[in-house]
Amino acid sequence: MSGGHSTYTPKTGIERWFDARMPLPRLVYDSFVAYPVPRNLNYAWTFGGILSIMLVAQILTGIVLAMHYTSDTTLAFGSVEKIVRDVNSGWLLRYLHSNGASFFFIAVYIHIFRGLFYGSYKAPRELLWVLGCIIYLLMMATGFMGYVLPWGQMSFWGATVITGFFTAIPLVGDWIQQLLLGGFAVDNPTLNRFFALHYLLPFMIAGVVVLHVWALHVTGQNNPTGIEVKSKTDTVAFTPYATIKDGFGMVVFLFFLAYFVFYIPNYLGHPDNYTQANPLKTPAHIVPEWYFLPFYAILRAITFNIGPINSKLGGVLAMFGAIAVLFVVPWLDTSKVRSAVYRPWYKLFFWLFVVDCVLLGWLGSRPAEGAYVAMAQVCTLFYFAFFLIVMPVLGLIETPRRIPNSITEAVLEKNKGAHVALPAGAASPEAKV
Amino acid sequence: MSDAHLIEPNRRDFLYVATGMAAVVGAGSVAWPFIDQMRPDASTLALASIEVDVASLEPGMSLTAKWRGKPVFVRNRTPEEIESSKKVALDELKDPLARNANLPADAKATDIDRSAGEGKENWLVMVGVCTHLGCIPLGQQGEYGGWFCPCHGSVYDTSGRIRKGPAPENMAVPVFQFISDTKIRIG
Repeated sequence: MSGGHSTYTPKTGIERWFDARMPLPRLVYDSFVAYPVPRNLNYAWTFGGILSIMLVAQILTGIVLAMHYTSDTTLAFGSVEKIVRDVNSGWLLRYLHSNGASFFFIAVYIHIFRGLFYGSYKAPRELLWVLGCIIYLLMMATGFMGYVLPWGQMSFWGATVITGFFTAIPLVGDWIQQLLLGGFAVDNPTLNRFFALHYLLPFMIAGVVVLHVWALHVTGQNNPTGIEVKSKTDTVAFTPYATIKDGFGMVVFLFFLAYFVFYIPNYLGHPDNYTQANPLKTPAHIVPEWYFLPFYAILRAITFNIGPINSKLGGVLAMFGAIAVLFVVPWLDTSKVRSAVYRPWYKLFFWLFVVDCVLLGWLGSRPAEGAYVAMAQVCTLFYFAFFLIVMPVLGLIETPRRIPNSITEAVLEKNKGAHVALPAGAASPEAKV
Repeated sequence: MSDAHLIEPNRRDFLYVATGMAAVVGAGSVAWPFIDQMRPDASTLALASIEVDVASLEPGMSLTAKWRGKPVFVRNRTPEEIESSKKVALDELKDPLARNANLPADAKATDIDRSAGEGKENWLVMVGVCTHLGCIPLGQQGEYGGWFCPCHGSVYDTSGRIRKGPAPENMAVPVFQFISDTKIRIG
């Protein structure tokens, strides 16, 4: 898959037998053992591996939960309570799954911001980035539908509001909404199809992940300097270096997940979802799950008509636009320099963008009134300006800092004085910590 | 070289085009049932009409019935509420259309055209779903004494017309009729 020469040599008879018929061991060896990775990857690069195990964990806990869950509006709420109270270890599996979804999104946001900071979307990794955006979109659909399944008040009204977005589309909006709901309001047909799709989509995610990893192994990984790998001294073998580092990152990450599961399992949820869905009563304050809050704030920020587009359609377009703009990032950024390490102005705007996203998230959790609306409008403006103005313009006017000639040079420069024997550090990366 | 373009189509060309067409038509006709099954089914559509007894509603009171999975507000309005609604000039309204399924689509949002009509002006029957994103507004609230939607702050007046906030339309009046003095059939 790496496109390079395979260094796999089957040692035993059984390996040779397989290698001549279906060289799966060779593929695994070339992709995850001998595969060269840049020697300077930092811990931000461990989130790809973390996301893989989170996907596997979500699928595993999800499958066993499906064995106890009932997707009928009269029984769904009770069946989730039964899982927590009666099913053996059900409380653990349910909270692993619900908190796992949140941690999946924490990991994916760090992964995306990592890509934005180090310019991992730039040529030749555009397709890799676009595939990642597709995975993110599928994750959002999966997360949304999963949240409907416990059939609490937030499940029901979240589903009502989100499927209500489609009624903003002129002419065919109502038809599309009824197609999604299977009725005129969120009801039993909706719950059944959401359950079926919630079960299906993770496997579609897994499929796109395979393409994502394939594209990654064709271009090779980006690295903190953004400089392409030029020689053998720039890389180390995937195993043991990347596997150990990824493994350590996973353990630390899962430690935080375990803390939430065992001590504050409902911290990221909403108390209203422990009230069974009531189609005749809307909760006082509807909020989506935390990982959708920035987009929810953007939706509500459009309170005014824009020409022929009314405020409702405008809000929906802005919200979908906020996700769609990610897909074209590789073509919006005009800078030849990948990494923000060598781009002082981009670095500043990047961190402002991070703050902007967090602020939008907080605003999404506030009621849509008074100063909150104005703040959300300013933040929404900056969100789009970052992609549509800062990225294209900065690439043309910014003077980047001096870029090292190679990854090896950058690493040795950084460690100058730390190692007495420089050549040893350069020749055998094992000597490095 | 130019006669290369004039070669008569042979049997292989015909089979190629015919197979391609069959595949396109076949894929389309197989895809449709897969999409069609998602639409509201026969049992959902069969629940299209309900009867509501409104005998117990004194002026100023309202009730909520469930129709097609959605709430329907039936309100017996007081004379003051009707007056306050009548006083509003049409050009003050965000949505000037009646949105009344019993009237032509271009009927104006006057109080009489929002209500149950001549002689039954005190009765207001409408689908209690905010036209913004589908929440249920709270009755007898908001600055016009009509409805207030807690989700995104839309305010409706005593004839269910949108007056403030992000909602684009007046709340919809469904098809309904009085089958006796105290009974309404909705749908």
